[in-house]
Amino acid sequence: MADFIVRVNGSEKKVSVSPETPLLWVLRDTLELTGTKFGCGAGFCGACTVHVEGEPIRSCSTPVSQIAGKNVTTIEGLGANGLHVLQQAWIAEEVPQCGYCQTGQIMTAAALLSKTPHPSDDQITQAMNGNLCRCGTYERIRKAIHRASAPAAAPGGTR
Amino acid sequence: MSPISRREFVVAGVAAGAGLAVGFYLPHGKTGTDRGSFSPNAYLRITPDNKITIVVARSEMGQGVRTALPMILAEELEADWKQIEIEQAGASTLYGDQTTGGSASVRTTWDPMRKAGAAAREMLISAAALTWGVSRSACSAQSGNVVHAASNRRLSYGELAGKAATLPIPSDVTLKQAKDYKIVGLRLARVDTPSKVKGEAGFGIDFRMPGMKYAVLSRCPTIGGKVVSFDDKESKKNSAVSYVGKISDAAVAVVSNSVWGAMEGRRLLSVNWDEGPNKDLNTAAVMESLKQTATKKGVSLYSVGDVAKAKGRRITAEYQLPFMAHAPMEPGNCTANYSATGCELWAPTQVPQDCRDSVAQAVGLDSDRVKVNVTLMGGGFGRRLEHDYAVEAALVSKAIGGPVKVIWTREDDMRFSTYRPASLHQMSAVLDGAGWPVAFTHRIIAPSISGQKGQPVPGGVDPDLPDEAAFVYGMENVLIESVIAETPVPLGWMRSVYALQAGFASESFIDELAAAAGKDPLEYRLHMLAKDQDIQYFTTTWHTARMRGVLQLAAEKAEWKKPLPPGRFRGIACFGCFSSYMAEVVEISMENATPRVHRVVAAVDCGQIVNPSIVEQQIPGGIVYGLSNALRAKITIDKGRVVQGNFDDYAPLRMEETPMVEVYAVPSTEVPTGIGEPSVPPLAPALCNAIYAATKKRIRALPILS
Repeated sequence: MADFIVRVNGSEKKVSVSPETPLLWVLRDTLELTGTKFGCGAGFCGACTVHVEGEPIRSCSTPVSQIAGKNVTTIEGLGANGLHVLQQAWIAEEVPQCGYCQTGQIMTAAALLSKTPHPSDDQITQAMNGNLCRCGTYERIRKAIHRASAPAAAPGGTR
Repeated sequence: MSPISRREFVVAGVAAGAGLAVGFYLPHGKTGTDRGSFSPNAYLRITPDNKITIVVARSEMGQGVRTALPMILAEELEADWKQIEIEQAGASTLYGDQTTGGSASVRTTWDPMRKAGAAAREMLISAAALTWGVSRSACSAQSGNVVHAASNRRLSYGELAGKAATLPIPSDVTLKQAKDYKIVGLRLARVDTPSKVKGEAGFGIDFRMPGMKYAVLSRCPTIGGKVVSFDDKESKKNSAVSYVGKISDAAVAVVSNSVWGAMEGRRLLSVNWDEGPNKDLNTAAVMESLKQTATKKGVSLYSVGDVAKAKGRRITAEYQLPFMAHAPMEPGNCTANYSATGCELWAPTQVPQDCRDSVAQAVGLDSDRVKVNVTLMGGGFGRRLEHDYAVEAALVSKAIGGPVKVIWTREDDMRFSTYRPASLHQMSAVLDGAGWPVAFTHRIIAPSISGQKGQPVPGGVDPDLPDEAAFVYGMENVLIESVIAETPVPLGWMRSVYALQAGFASESFIDELAAAAGKDPLEYRLHMLAKDQDIQYFTTTWHTARMRGVLQLAAEKAEWKKPLPPGRFRGIACFGCFSSYMAEVVEISMENATPRVHRVVAAVDCGQIVNPSIVEQQIPGGIVYGLSNALRAKITIDKGRVVQGNFDDYAPLRMEETPMVEVYAVPSTEVPTGIGEPSVPPLAPALCNAIYAATKKRIRALPILS
């Protein structure tokens, strides 16, 4: 056991866990931020995607010791002022079915849009290919990303 | 409670056309405790503050029941959809069988939900008429109010709730006609979407309660093996581990105050296993045993004419399919809180009542002492028709004397699942001089899921086959036979169940016949559907006209008759299951030896559509699921163990392989039929038929990329 300061969604928290504990379980079990999901535990599915310093990472495979002092953003902190433009697009396109993978999908898409505000189909595929969805919502995910990246989507949403 | 399979009960209920009669018209019981509220049946509650609550007694796993089922009731109630709040029922005795499976939620609740809404509407109208002293016929229900047009008076349902609750419940109500629908058929937004994009949705894995611990289980890696002894010295060196104990013949639980602590504790645990009777089992032996079983006499599922007497050119082929795993995104889990007087569960489950009864038996309580709360599910696909997670959680909670959440890892889910049965299909047909089929035989050699679970297999017919193996073509000689095989590999109901196997073999073979006859595969099928004919398969009456309708619709939208650009190829297939008709046209190119699917055009006839948006989610969803199955899904057994463990060696479809899917529905006001599963079976044969068109190679075993 060791103490770590984790900076999640803009606030600092002290957690006392073993250093190899994956960030995923610190978020879910210690900090009670359960929007980040456990899917495979091995980085294959992307359900656990969060941002560390704005980069999408697999929290299931990232020991907490590696992110100490860094800024972590989870789905709970994505829309600083209400819903993120992607969350709005996800609602407008009725993307989720079971919904379990969708928070990870949205976090991956948010990282894409932050670097590539108007991604092509190929750029979307490349960015999103690591996120599995067993309900098969991929084409609506693509549409929602296009919707969120269209100029008209900006007002009212945060990015 | 009789040991009847819940799934079977659903099927029987559908067959009888009766919906679920049990727990429908319930007396309003608790006037003393909730004064002024109106609850004419267990599905509906209207309170004086004008809140209308509709109870959903099926489980939400992504298929939209929390939206679609209340829409059905709200339609007859003449409610304002914006007023409606949704409540999820746990395991209950009020709603009949609550199993969510067999694409049955809409089709089995269509009648009870409509009648529940209509009865309430009539009582609210009576309450208003009495209040105003006018005749009932002068009043009408409109958007959450009863209106007396002559005097321009109106009262909200909330205002009428108290009086309505004192009135007798009508035993016979008139249901609305489809032309008057105001809610059914609309593209209403799903009620669960916002919480799912915010990360606030409560899946089973997200449930927590004060004092709750976490457990993972070490299970015997060989099928049918047992725990001999275990050594937890290393596990317990981890200070986070609070308990290690054997909780069943084949599993040791490791408990901690965090999931990670429990996983680490399990990693350090040493268990001595008795590998049991299957330690030498492998996939080749399973497939060999299917071949041996094929020599046995089968049971007829469907027979017309006499296939043995048909004369002409005989063509035969064998098809086979592997075991497959459901692999829902949310791994197995359940939270239990056991005490000497009762046990409460928070379960992502398709079978709340089975969880209740199985837990009661496992921990030694009466069923009415077990309370099951149903959470959202991160996918089900049939995996959560099992009660294993719930029983484990209850046993661990009992062992530690407090609340605990059992979590399965992805590897646990892959290796200790219940699998789609491997199967063998012996096909035989006779073609006349013109190449048209005059006889068709399909022998399905597969283990029985229900049979393996000790549930009834009436007349030697697995109770799923009546929903999943119809042959919806007109022909003078047909024989569909089932031969039940045995296997120690644990079996489960996976999305579309036997329809996937039956559809793959049947629709691929028909393509073979068309090719042998030198005819177009669409024309070949249409020839067999040319005559309007009813086909009685067990209790379902299929209509060739409706199958012809979806086939023509898919072909027309895919422009079947128009030549494709060079390098593109098409395949077609149609299949009926869960009382719905489905046709798909798959367009591919070949990249080296690998098919790339560019476009799938799907046409469905599922009767009255409750919410088109949900249908347009389910059909592409089933096609993506079917494409994963067709390309790569294969569970293999070696030394008695499941080989695959995670999404690297059991790899579902990703975005880069996902085709464009177009969905077309035949407009219909027929009774609604299944939508969650019917788009799965035609995908694999349509794809393999396209591969044949491209390569002249016939694929007779799945997966394609093995």
